[in-house]
Amino acid sequence: MLTDWLYIGLFFVIAMLLPAAAITIAGILAPKKPNPIKNTTYECGIETVGETWIQFKVQYYIYALVFLVFDVETVFLYPWAVAFGQLTLFAVLEGILFILILVSGLIYAWRKGALQWV
Amino acid sequence: MNFLLDPVNAIANWLRTLFLGWGVPPDVASFLLSLLGAGILATGAMLWVIFLIWYERKLLGRIQDRFGPNRLGPWGVFQPIADMLKIFTKEYITPQGADKFLYNLAPVLSVASVLMMWVVVPFAVTIYGVDLNVGILYIVAVGALGELAIIMAGLSSNNKYAMLGAFRVVAQLISYEVPMVISLLVPVMLARTMSMNGLVIAQDAWYLFTAPLAALIFMITQVAEVGRAPFDLVEAESEIVAGYNIEYSGLKFGMFYVAEFLHAFTVSLIFATVFLGGWRGPSAEQMPILGFLYYAVKVAIVYFIFILLRGSLPRFRIDQMMDLNWKLLTPLSIAVLAVSAVVDKLLQSIPVFWNHLALFAANVVILWISMTILNRRFRREQTRVAGLEARPARAVQEHISA
Repeated sequence: MLTDWLYIGLFFVIAMLLPAAAITIAGILAPKKPNPIKNTTYECGIETVGETWIQFKVQYYIYALVFLVFDVETVFLYPWAVAFGQLTLFAVLEGILFILILVSGLIYAWRKGALQWV
Repeated sequence: MNFLLDPVNAIANWLRTLFLGWGVPPDVASFLLSLLGAGILATGAMLWVIFLIWYERKLLGRIQDRFGPNRLGPWGVFQPIADMLKIFTKEYITPQGADKFLYNLAPVLSVASVLMMWVVVPFAVTIYGVDLNVGILYIVAVGALGELAIIMAGLSSNNKYAMLGAFRVVAQLISYEVPMVISLLVPVMLARTMSMNGLVIAQDAWYLFTAPLAALIFMITQVAEVGRAPFDLVEAESEIVAGYNIEYSGLKFGMFYVAEFLHAFTVSLIFATVFLGGWRGPSAEQMPILGFLYYAVKVAIVYFIFILLRGSLPRFRIDQMMDLNWKLLTPLSIAVLAVSAVVDKLLQSIPVFWNHLALFAANVVILWISMTILNRRFRREQTRVAGLEARPARAVQEHISA
Protein backbone atom coordinates (compact mmCIF):
# COMPACT_ATOMS: atom_id res chain seq x y z
CA MET A 1 0.00 0.00 0.00
CA LEU A 2 2.75 2.40 1.00
CA THR A 3 4.75 1.55 -2.11
CA ASP A 4 1.65 2.41 -4.18
CA TRP A 5 1.57 5.90 -2.73
CA LEU A 6 5.35 6.17 -3.15
CA TYR A 7 4.85 5.41 -6.83
CA ILE A 8 2.13 8.06 -7.06
CA GLY A 9 4.38 10.58 -5.33
CA LEU A 10 7.17 9.81 -7.78
CA PHE A 11 4.76 10.08 -10.66
CA PHE A 12 3.51 13.45 -9.41
CA VAL A 13 7.07 14.79 -9.29
CA ILE A 14 7.75 13.52 -12.81
CA ALA A 15 4.43 14.80 -14.12
CA MET A 16 5.26 18.26 -12.77
CA LEU A 17 8.88 18.14 -13.97
CA LEU A 18 8.18 17.12 -17.56
CA PRO A 19 6.08 20.16 -18.60
CA ALA A 20 8.24 22.42 -16.41
CA ALA A 21 11.37 21.20 -18.19
CA ALA A 22 9.76 21.67 -21.60
CA ILE A 23 8.74 25.22 -20.69
CA THR A 24 12.21 26.01 -19.39
CA ILE A 25 13.94 24.64 -22.49
CA ALA A 26 11.60 26.63 -24.72
CA GLY A 27 12.35 29.70 -22.59
CA ILE A 28 16.05 29.26 -23.30
CA LEU A 29 15.53 28.72 -27.04
CA ALA A 30 12.99 31.51 -27.53
CA PRO A 31 13.90 35.15 -28.13
CA LYS A 32 13.39 37.62 -25.27
CA LYS A 33 12.58 41.12 -26.47
CA PRO A 34 10.03 42.58 -24.07
CA ASN A 35 8.84 46.14 -24.42
CA PRO A 36 6.21 48.11 -22.50
CA ILE A 37 3.63 48.04 -25.30
CA LYS A 38 4.01 44.30 -25.85
CA ASN A 39 3.61 43.54 -22.17
CA THR A 40 0.36 45.42 -21.70
CA THR A 41 -2.81 43.52 -20.94
CA TYR A 42 -4.47 42.26 -24.10
CA GLU A 43 -7.99 43.61 -24.38
CA CYS A 44 -8.44 43.84 -28.16
CA GLY A 45 -6.29 46.96 -28.44
CA ILE A 46 -8.33 49.02 -26.00
CA GLU A 47 -6.53 50.32 -22.95
CA THR A 48 -7.60 48.52 -19.82
CA VAL A 49 -9.68 50.48 -17.33
CA GLY A 50 -9.45 50.03 -13.58
CA GLU A 51 -8.66 46.98 -11.51
CA THR A 52 -8.83 43.44 -12.87
CA TRP A 53 -9.93 41.81 -9.65
CA ILE A 54 -13.35 43.40 -9.51
CA GLN A 55 -16.66 42.15 -8.19
CA PHE A 56 -17.94 39.27 -10.28
CA LYS A 57 -21.33 37.82 -10.94
CA VAL A 58 -22.83 36.25 -7.83
CA GLN A 59 -24.30 33.42 -9.94
CA TYR A 60 -20.95 31.66 -10.02
CA TYR A 61 -20.83 31.69 -6.24
CA ILE A 62 -24.28 30.10 -5.96
CA TYR A 63 -23.34 27.32 -8.39
CA ALA A 64 -20.18 26.73 -6.40
CA LEU A 65 -22.24 26.41 -3.20
CA VAL A 66 -24.67 23.92 -4.75
CA PHE A 67 -21.73 21.98 -6.15
CA LEU A 68 -20.03 21.87 -2.76
CA VAL A 69 -23.09 20.39 -1.07
CA PHE A 70 -23.43 17.70 -3.74
CA ASP A 71 -19.78 16.81 -3.97
CA VAL A 72 -19.32 16.41 -0.22
CA GLU A 73 -22.48 14.33 0.07
CA THR A 74 -21.63 12.05 -2.84
CA VAL A 75 -18.22 11.34 -1.35
CA PHE A 76 -20.08 9.85 1.63
CA LEU A 77 -21.91 7.55 -0.79
CA TYR A 78 -18.72 5.91 -2.09
CA PRO A 79 -18.10 3.78 1.04
CA TRP A 80 -21.76 2.78 0.91
CA ALA A 81 -21.33 1.65 -2.71
CA VAL A 82 -18.14 -0.29 -1.95
CA ALA A 83 -19.77 -2.11 0.97
CA PHE A 84 -22.91 -2.77 -1.10
CA GLY A 85 -22.37 -6.55 -1.13
CA GLN A 86 -22.57 -6.87 2.66
CA LEU A 87 -25.46 -4.45 3.14
CA THR A 88 -28.93 -5.60 4.11
CA LEU A 89 -31.94 -4.26 2.25
CA PHE A 90 -32.58 -1.95 5.20
CA ALA A 91 -29.12 -0.38 4.89
CA VAL A 92 -29.65 0.08 1.15
CA LEU A 93 -32.93 1.85 1.86
CA GLU A 94 -31.14 4.05 4.37
CA GLY A 95 -28.71 4.96 1.59
CA ILE A 96 -31.69 5.80 -0.61
CA LEU A 97 -33.04 8.01 2.17
CA PHE A 98 -29.72 9.85 2.22
CA ILE A 99 -29.98 10.30 -1.57
CA LEU A 100 -33.52 11.63 -1.14
CA ILE A 101 -32.26 14.25 1.31
CA LEU A 102 -29.79 15.22 -1.43
CA VAL A 103 -32.65 15.46 -3.91
CA SER A 104 -34.66 17.67 -1.56
CA GLY A 105 -31.67 20.02 -1.48
CA LEU A 106 -31.66 20.07 -5.26
CA ILE A 107 -35.39 20.77 -5.39
CA TYR A 108 -34.98 23.58 -2.85
CA ALA A 109 -32.21 25.18 -4.92
CA TRP A 110 -34.29 24.72 -8.07
CA ARG A 111 -37.43 26.31 -6.53
CA LYS A 112 -35.39 29.20 -5.14
CA GLY A 113 -34.19 29.89 -8.68
CA ALA A 114 -30.54 29.25 -7.83
CA LEU A 115 -30.23 27.07 -10.93
CA GLN A 116 -31.62 29.73 -13.27
CA TRP A 117 -28.86 31.31 -15.32
CA VAL A 118 -29.54 35.04 -15.50
CA MET B 1 8.92 -17.62 -23.13
CA ASN B 2 7.27 -15.11 -20.87
CA PHE B 3 8.55 -12.10 -22.76
CA LEU B 4 6.11 -12.27 -25.65
CA LEU B 5 3.09 -12.75 -23.40
CA ASP B 6 3.90 -10.08 -20.82
CA PRO B 7 6.76 -7.86 -22.01
CA VAL B 8 6.49 -5.15 -19.35
CA ASN B 9 6.74 -7.42 -16.34
CA ALA B 10 9.38 -9.58 -18.03
CA ILE B 11 11.59 -6.53 -18.49
CA ALA B 12 10.85 -5.35 -14.95
CA ASN B 13 11.83 -8.72 -13.48
CA TRP B 14 14.97 -8.84 -15.59
CA LEU B 15 15.95 -5.35 -14.41
CA ARG B 16 15.24 -6.24 -10.80
CA THR B 17 17.53 -9.30 -10.95
CA LEU B 18 20.11 -7.13 -12.70
CA PHE B 19 19.98 -4.50 -9.94
CA LEU B 20 20.08 -7.14 -7.20
CA GLY B 21 23.04 -8.75 -8.95
CA TRP B 22 24.88 -5.43 -8.75
CA GLY B 23 24.44 -5.48 -4.99
CA VAL B 24 21.68 -2.83 -4.86
CA PRO B 25 19.47 -3.23 -1.73
CA PRO B 26 15.97 -4.57 -2.59
CA ASP B 27 14.20 -1.40 -1.38
CA VAL B 28 16.38 0.81 -3.56
CA ALA B 29 15.89 -1.59 -6.49
CA SER B 30 12.10 -1.31 -6.27
CA PHE B 31 12.43 2.47 -5.89
CA LEU B 32 14.54 2.62 -9.05
CA LEU B 33 12.05 0.42 -10.90
CA SER B 34 9.16 2.65 -9.79
CA LEU B 35 11.08 5.71 -10.94
CA LEU B 36 11.80 4.11 -14.29
CA GLY B 37 8.22 2.92 -14.75
CA ALA B 38 6.74 6.29 -13.81
CA GLY B 39 9.19 8.09 -16.09
CA ILE B 40 8.39 5.89 -19.07
CA LEU B 41 4.63 6.11 -18.50
CA ALA B 42 4.65 9.91 -18.19
CA THR B 43 6.99 10.47 -21.13
CA GLY B 44 5.03 8.04 -23.27
CA ALA B 45 1.78 9.85 -22.48
CA MET B 46 3.31 13.23 -23.35
CA LEU B 47 4.72 11.96 -26.66
CA TRP B 48 1.44 10.21 -27.49
CA VAL B 49 -0.16 13.67 -27.66
CA ILE B 50 1.78 14.35 -30.87
CA PHE B 51 -0.04 11.50 -32.55
CA LEU B 52 -3.37 12.49 -31.02
CA ILE B 53 -3.12 16.02 -32.43
CA TRP B 54 -2.45 14.68 -35.92
CA TYR B 55 -5.24 12.11 -35.68
CA GLU B 56 -7.81 14.59 -34.47
CA ARG B 57 -6.91 17.22 -37.06
CA LYS B 58 -7.01 14.65 -39.83
CA LEU B 59 -10.36 13.26 -38.75
CA LEU B 60 -11.91 16.71 -38.24
CA GLY B 61 -10.67 17.62 -41.70
CA ARG B 62 -12.40 14.59 -43.18
CA ILE B 63 -15.63 15.37 -41.31
CA GLN B 64 -15.56 18.90 -42.74
CA ASP B 65 -14.84 17.63 -46.27
CA ARG B 66 -11.25 18.85 -46.51
CA PHE B 67 -7.87 17.11 -46.38
CA GLY B 68 -6.52 18.11 -42.98
CA PRO B 69 -2.73 18.07 -42.62
CA ASN B 70 -1.33 16.45 -45.77
CA ARG B 71 2.03 18.08 -46.61
CA LEU B 72 4.66 16.77 -44.21
CA GLY B 73 5.35 13.08 -44.57
CA PRO B 74 2.78 10.40 -45.44
CA TRP B 75 -0.74 11.74 -44.69
CA GLY B 76 0.87 14.69 -42.94
CA VAL B 77 1.92 12.71 -39.84
CA PHE B 78 4.92 14.98 -39.23
CA GLN B 79 2.81 18.14 -39.07
CA PRO B 80 2.44 18.14 -35.25
CA ILE B 81 6.19 17.58 -34.86
CA ALA B 82 6.87 20.64 -37.01
CA ASP B 83 4.33 22.60 -34.98
CA MET B 84 6.02 21.48 -31.78
CA LEU B 85 9.45 22.56 -33.01
CA LYS B 86 8.01 25.91 -34.02
CA ILE B 87 6.31 26.53 -30.69
CA PHE B 88 9.61 25.87 -28.89
CA THR B 89 11.06 29.01 -30.48
CA LYS B 90 8.17 31.33 -29.64
CA GLU B 91 8.66 34.18 -27.23
CA TYR B 92 7.01 34.20 -23.80
CA ILE B 93 5.10 37.40 -23.16
CA THR B 94 4.23 37.90 -19.52
CA PRO B 95 1.65 40.65 -19.08
CA GLN B 96 2.20 43.52 -16.68
CA GLY B 97 0.93 42.97 -13.18
CA ALA B 98 0.66 39.19 -13.57
CA ASP B 99 1.23 37.05 -10.52
CA LYS B 100 4.44 35.42 -11.80
CA PHE B 101 4.39 32.31 -9.62
CA LEU B 102 0.77 31.28 -10.26
CA TYR B 103 1.02 32.39 -13.89
CA ASN B 104 3.90 29.98 -14.53
CA LEU B 105 2.57 27.19 -12.35
CA ALA B 106 -0.86 26.98 -14.03
CA PRO B 107 0.18 25.35 -17.37
CA VAL B 108 2.42 22.86 -15.58
CA LEU B 109 -0.33 21.89 -13.16
CA SER B 110 -2.92 21.52 -15.91
CA VAL B 111 -0.74 18.94 -17.70
CA ALA B 112 0.22 17.23 -14.45
CA SER B 113 -3.41 16.83 -13.39
CA VAL B 114 -4.19 14.91 -16.58
CA LEU B 115 -1.00 12.85 -16.46
CA MET B 116 -1.74 11.82 -12.88
CA MET B 117 -4.85 9.96 -14.02
CA TRP B 118 -2.70 7.57 -16.05
CA VAL B 119 -1.25 6.09 -12.86
CA VAL B 120 -4.30 3.98 -12.04
CA VAL B 121 -5.36 2.98 -15.58
CA PRO B 122 -4.99 -0.80 -16.08
CA PHE B 123 -3.70 -1.38 -19.60
CA ALA B 124 -3.73 -5.15 -19.19
CA VAL B 125 -4.15 -7.66 -16.37
CA THR B 126 -0.59 -7.11 -15.13
CA ILE B 127 0.29 -3.81 -16.81
CA TYR B 128 -0.69 -0.84 -14.68
CA GLY B 129 1.03 1.86 -12.66
CA VAL B 130 -0.56 1.02 -9.34
CA ASP B 131 -3.76 -0.77 -8.44
CA LEU B 132 -5.12 1.66 -5.85
CA ASN B 133 -8.06 0.46 -3.78
CA VAL B 134 -9.56 3.97 -4.11
CA GLY B 135 -8.88 4.26 -7.86
CA ILE B 136 -12.12 5.96 -8.92
CA LEU B 137 -12.00 8.45 -6.07
CA TYR B 138 -8.38 9.17 -6.97
CA ILE B 139 -9.35 9.93 -10.58
CA VAL B 140 -12.11 12.30 -9.48
CA ALA B 141 -9.78 14.04 -7.03
CA VAL B 142 -6.88 14.42 -9.44
CA GLY B 143 -9.17 15.57 -12.23
CA ALA B 144 -10.27 18.44 -9.99
CA LEU B 145 -6.67 19.73 -9.96
CA GLY B 146 -7.21 20.78 -13.57
CA GLU B 147 -9.93 23.19 -12.44
CA LEU B 148 -7.50 24.64 -9.92
CA ALA B 149 -4.98 25.19 -12.74
CA ILE B 150 -7.60 26.98 -14.82
CA ILE B 151 -8.69 29.33 -12.05
CA MET B 152 -5.01 30.01 -11.30
CA ALA B 153 -4.39 30.90 -14.95
CA GLY B 154 -7.41 33.17 -15.09
CA LEU B 155 -6.77 35.02 -11.86
CA SER B 156 -3.02 35.47 -12.26
CA SER B 157 -3.13 36.86 -15.82
CA ASN B 158 -4.32 40.31 -14.71
CA ASN B 159 -6.81 40.35 -17.57
CA LYS B 160 -10.56 40.75 -17.30
CA TYR B 161 -11.30 38.44 -20.22
CA ALA B 162 -9.08 35.77 -18.73
CA MET B 163 -10.86 36.02 -15.41
CA LEU B 164 -14.31 35.90 -17.00
CA GLY B 165 -13.22 32.89 -19.05
CA ALA B 166 -11.87 31.14 -15.99
CA PHE B 167 -15.10 31.71 -14.08
CA ARG B 168 -17.09 30.27 -16.95
CA VAL B 169 -14.91 27.20 -17.26
CA VAL B 170 -14.90 26.51 -13.57
CA ALA B 171 -18.66 26.97 -13.33
CA GLN B 172 -19.03 24.47 -16.17
CA LEU B 173 -16.53 21.97 -14.82
CA ILE B 174 -17.72 21.89 -11.22
CA SER B 175 -21.33 21.63 -12.37
CA TYR B 176 -20.65 18.63 -14.58
CA GLU B 177 -18.61 17.03 -11.85
CA VAL B 178 -21.80 16.34 -9.86
CA PRO B 179 -23.50 13.94 -12.34
CA MET B 180 -20.07 12.51 -13.20
CA VAL B 181 -19.38 11.49 -9.61
CA ILE B 182 -22.91 10.10 -9.15
CA SER B 183 -22.85 8.15 -12.43
CA LEU B 184 -19.48 6.65 -11.47
CA LEU B 185 -21.12 5.42 -8.26
CA VAL B 186 -23.27 2.94 -10.22
CA PRO B 187 -20.36 0.80 -11.55
CA VAL B 188 -18.65 1.05 -8.15
CA MET B 189 -21.83 -0.22 -6.54
CA LEU B 190 -22.21 -3.09 -9.01
CA ALA B 191 -18.55 -4.11 -8.70
CA ARG B 192 -18.35 -3.47 -4.93
CA THR B 193 -14.88 -2.03 -5.39
CA MET B 194 -13.25 1.27 -6.33
CA SER B 195 -10.05 -0.25 -7.71
CA MET B 196 -9.78 0.17 -11.47
CA ASN B 197 -8.42 -3.33 -12.03
CA GLY B 198 -11.11 -4.69 -9.70
CA LEU B 199 -13.75 -2.92 -11.79
CA VAL B 200 -12.43 -4.58 -14.94
CA ILE B 201 -12.30 -8.03 -13.32
CA ALA B 202 -15.87 -7.60 -11.99
CA GLN B 203 -17.24 -6.93 -15.48
CA ASP B 204 -18.48 -10.35 -16.56
CA ALA B 205 -21.06 -8.32 -18.44
CA TRP B 206 -19.94 -4.86 -19.54
CA TYR B 207 -21.41 -2.10 -17.43
CA LEU B 208 -22.44 -0.52 -20.71
CA PHE B 209 -25.23 -3.12 -20.67
CA THR B 210 -26.06 -3.26 -16.97
CA ALA B 211 -25.76 0.51 -16.44
CA PRO B 212 -26.35 2.07 -19.87
CA LEU B 213 -27.76 5.34 -18.52
CA ALA B 214 -24.82 5.83 -16.18
CA ALA B 215 -22.53 5.27 -19.16
CA LEU B 216 -24.43 7.84 -21.22
CA ILE B 217 -24.38 10.42 -18.42
CA PHE B 218 -20.69 9.78 -17.80
CA MET B 219 -19.93 10.24 -21.49
CA ILE B 220 -21.81 13.55 -21.71
CA THR B 221 -20.21 14.89 -18.55
CA GLN B 222 -16.77 13.89 -19.79
CA VAL B 223 -17.23 15.78 -23.05
CA ALA B 224 -18.11 18.78 -20.89
CA GLU B 225 -15.14 18.22 -18.58
CA VAL B 226 -12.76 18.21 -21.53
CA GLY B 227 -14.41 21.41 -22.77
CA ARG B 228 -14.91 20.25 -26.33
CA ALA B 229 -17.76 21.09 -28.67
CA PRO B 230 -20.72 21.11 -27.94
CA PHE B 231 -19.51 22.37 -24.55
CA ASP B 232 -16.73 24.65 -25.80
CA LEU B 233 -18.16 27.84 -24.32
CA VAL B 234 -14.69 28.33 -22.98
CA GLU B 235 -13.53 29.22 -26.46
CA ALA B 236 -16.46 31.43 -27.39
CA GLU B 237 -14.27 33.77 -29.46
CA SER B 238 -16.97 36.33 -30.08
CA GLU B 239 -17.73 36.70 -26.38
CA ILE B 240 -14.58 36.43 -24.32
CA VAL B 241 -11.78 36.46 -26.96
CA ALA B 242 -10.10 33.19 -26.00
CA GLY B 243 -10.94 32.40 -22.41
CA TYR B 244 -8.64 31.83 -19.48
CA ASN B 245 -5.49 31.28 -21.57
CA ILE B 246 -5.65 34.57 -23.47
CA GLU B 247 -2.44 35.99 -21.95
CA TYR B 248 -0.37 32.86 -22.53
CA SER B 249 2.05 32.51 -25.41
CA GLY B 250 4.63 30.06 -26.68
CA LEU B 251 4.92 26.70 -25.01
CA LYS B 252 3.01 27.88 -21.93
CA PHE B 253 -0.05 28.11 -24.17
CA GLY B 254 1.04 24.87 -25.81
CA MET B 255 0.88 23.10 -22.46
CA PHE B 256 -2.82 23.98 -22.07
CA TYR B 257 -3.29 22.59 -25.57
CA VAL B 258 -1.44 19.39 -24.69
CA ALA B 259 -3.49 19.06 -21.51
CA GLU B 260 -6.74 19.35 -23.49
CA PHE B 261 -5.80 16.70 -26.04
CA LEU B 262 -4.40 14.37 -23.43
CA HIS B 263 -7.51 14.85 -21.30
CA ALA B 264 -9.75 13.87 -24.21
CA PHE B 265 -7.78 10.66 -24.64
CA THR B 266 -7.54 9.94 -20.90
CA VAL B 267 -11.29 10.23 -20.66
CA SER B 268 -11.68 7.53 -23.32
CA LEU B 269 -9.23 5.36 -21.34
CA ILE B 270 -11.39 5.72 -18.23
CA PHE B 271 -14.64 5.15 -20.11
CA ALA B 272 -13.27 1.99 -21.73
CA THR B 273 -12.08 0.74 -18.35
CA VAL B 274 -15.20 1.44 -16.35
CA PHE B 275 -17.94 0.69 -18.87
CA LEU B 276 -16.46 -1.38 -21.70
CA GLY B 277 -14.67 -4.04 -19.70
CA GLY B 278 -11.15 -2.63 -20.02
CA TRP B 279 -8.75 -5.35 -21.10
CA ARG B 280 -11.35 -8.12 -20.76
CA GLY B 281 -11.68 -10.41 -23.75
CA PRO B 282 -11.08 -14.04 -24.78
CA SER B 283 -7.93 -15.41 -23.02
CA ALA B 284 -6.81 -11.92 -21.97
CA GLU B 285 -5.85 -13.07 -18.48
CA GLN B 286 -3.35 -15.64 -19.69
CA MET B 287 -1.88 -13.31 -22.32
CA PRO B 288 -1.63 -9.72 -21.04
CA ILE B 289 -0.44 -8.51 -24.44
CA LEU B 290 -3.73 -9.69 -25.95
CA GLY B 291 -5.64 -7.82 -23.22
CA PHE B 292 -3.69 -4.70 -24.12
CA LEU B 293 -4.79 -5.17 -27.72
CA TYR B 294 -8.50 -5.46 -26.76
CA TYR B 295 -8.14 -2.40 -24.58
CA ALA B 296 -6.51 -0.42 -27.41
CA VAL B 297 -9.39 -1.27 -29.75
CA LYS B 298 -12.03 -0.23 -27.21
CA VAL B 299 -10.22 3.02 -26.41
CA ALA B 300 -9.83 3.80 -30.11
CA ILE B 301 -13.57 3.37 -30.64
CA VAL B 302 -14.47 5.62 -27.70
CA TYR B 303 -11.96 8.28 -28.78
CA PHE B 304 -13.35 8.13 -32.33
CA ILE B 305 -16.85 8.76 -30.97
CA PHE B 306 -15.57 11.73 -28.95
CA ILE B 307 -14.07 13.31 -32.08
CA LEU B 308 -17.24 12.60 -34.07
CA LEU B 309 -19.26 14.41 -31.39
CA ARG B 310 -16.86 17.34 -31.55
CA GLY B 311 -17.08 17.51 -35.31
CA SER B 312 -20.83 17.28 -35.65
CA LEU B 313 -22.57 19.13 -32.79
CA PRO B 314 -23.16 22.90 -32.53
CA ARG B 315 -22.26 24.85 -29.40
CA PHE B 316 -24.69 25.17 -26.48
CA ARG B 317 -25.67 28.47 -24.94
CA ILE B 318 -24.44 28.86 -21.38
CA ASP B 319 -27.94 28.75 -19.83
CA GLN B 320 -28.81 25.65 -21.88
CA MET B 321 -25.62 24.01 -20.72
CA MET B 322 -26.38 24.71 -17.07
CA ASP B 323 -30.00 23.57 -17.45
CA LEU B 324 -28.91 20.34 -19.12
CA ASN B 325 -26.65 19.62 -16.20
CA TRP B 326 -28.66 20.65 -13.16
CA LYS B 327 -32.19 19.96 -14.39
CA LEU B 328 -31.67 16.81 -16.45
CA LEU B 329 -28.40 14.99 -15.84
CA THR B 330 -28.21 15.43 -12.06
CA PRO B 331 -31.77 14.21 -11.25
CA LEU B 332 -31.43 11.46 -13.85
CA SER B 333 -28.17 10.19 -12.42
CA ILE B 334 -29.62 10.20 -8.89
CA ALA B 335 -32.65 8.24 -10.13
CA VAL B 336 -30.40 5.72 -11.89
CA LEU B 337 -28.33 5.26 -8.75
CA ALA B 338 -31.34 4.75 -6.46
CA VAL B 339 -33.20 2.40 -8.80
CA SER B 340 -30.10 0.34 -9.62
CA ALA B 341 -29.35 -0.04 -5.91
CA VAL B 342 -32.82 -1.29 -5.07
CA VAL B 343 -33.09 -3.60 -8.10
CA ASP B 344 -29.66 -5.09 -7.57
CA LYS B 345 -30.30 -5.68 -3.86
CA LEU B 346 -33.76 -7.20 -4.31
CA LEU B 347 -32.64 -9.55 -7.08
CA GLN B 348 -29.31 -10.58 -5.55
CA SER B 349 -30.24 -14.23 -5.14
CA ILE B 350 -31.53 -14.93 -8.66
CA PRO B 351 -29.18 -16.08 -11.47
CA VAL B 352 -26.69 -13.47 -12.68
CA PHE B 353 -28.10 -13.29 -16.18
CA TRP B 354 -31.59 -12.35 -14.94
CA ASN B 355 -30.08 -9.86 -12.51
CA HIS B 356 -28.29 -8.12 -15.38
CA LEU B 357 -31.42 -8.21 -17.52
CA ALA B 358 -33.44 -6.64 -14.70
CA LEU B 359 -30.88 -3.86 -14.32
CA PHE B 360 -31.01 -3.19 -18.05
CA ALA B 361 -34.82 -3.18 -17.99
CA ALA B 362 -34.80 -0.76 -15.04
CA ASN B 363 -32.58 1.58 -17.03
CA VAL B 364 -34.92 1.42 -20.01
CA VAL B 365 -37.89 2.24 -17.78
CA ILE B 366 -36.08 5.24 -16.25
CA LEU B 367 -35.16 6.47 -19.73
CA TRP B 368 -38.75 6.10 -20.91
CA ILE B 369 -40.15 7.99 -17.90
CA SER B 370 -37.66 10.83 -18.21
CA MET B 371 -38.29 11.09 -21.95
CA THR B 372 -42.04 11.30 -21.29
CA ILE B 373 -41.56 14.09 -18.76
CA LEU B 374 -39.24 15.96 -21.15
CA ASN B 375 -41.67 15.49 -24.00
CA ARG B 376 -44.51 17.00 -21.99
CA ARG B 377 -42.32 19.96 -21.01
CA PHE B 378 -41.37 20.58 -24.64
CA ARG B 379 -45.01 20.45 -25.72
CA ARG B 380 -45.93 23.02 -23.06
CA GLU B 381 -43.01 25.22 -24.09
CA GLN B 382 -44.03 24.97 -27.76
CA THR B 383 -47.61 26.04 -27.10
CA ARG B 384 -46.33 28.88 -24.89
CA VAL B 385 -43.98 30.12 -27.61
CA ALA B 386 -46.73 29.81 -30.23
CA GLY B 387 -49.03 31.87 -28.00
CA LEU B 388 -46.31 34.50 -27.61
CA GLU B 389 -45.86 34.76 -31.35
CA ALA B 390 -49.61 35.24 -31.90
CA ARG B 391 -49.76 38.31 -29.64
CA PRO B 392 -46.46 40.09 -30.04
CA ALA B 393 -47.17 43.20 -27.97
CA ARG B 394 -48.55 41.31 -24.96
CA ALA B 395 -45.79 38.77 -25.33
CA VAL B 396 -43.01 41.29 -24.88
CA GLN B 397 -44.81 42.63 -21.81
CA GLU B 398 -45.21 39.16 -20.36
CA HIS B 399 -41.65 38.28 -21.14
CA ILE B 400 -40.38 41.35 -19.31
CA SER B 401 -42.57 40.76 -16.28
CA ALA B 402 -41.69 37.03 -16.22
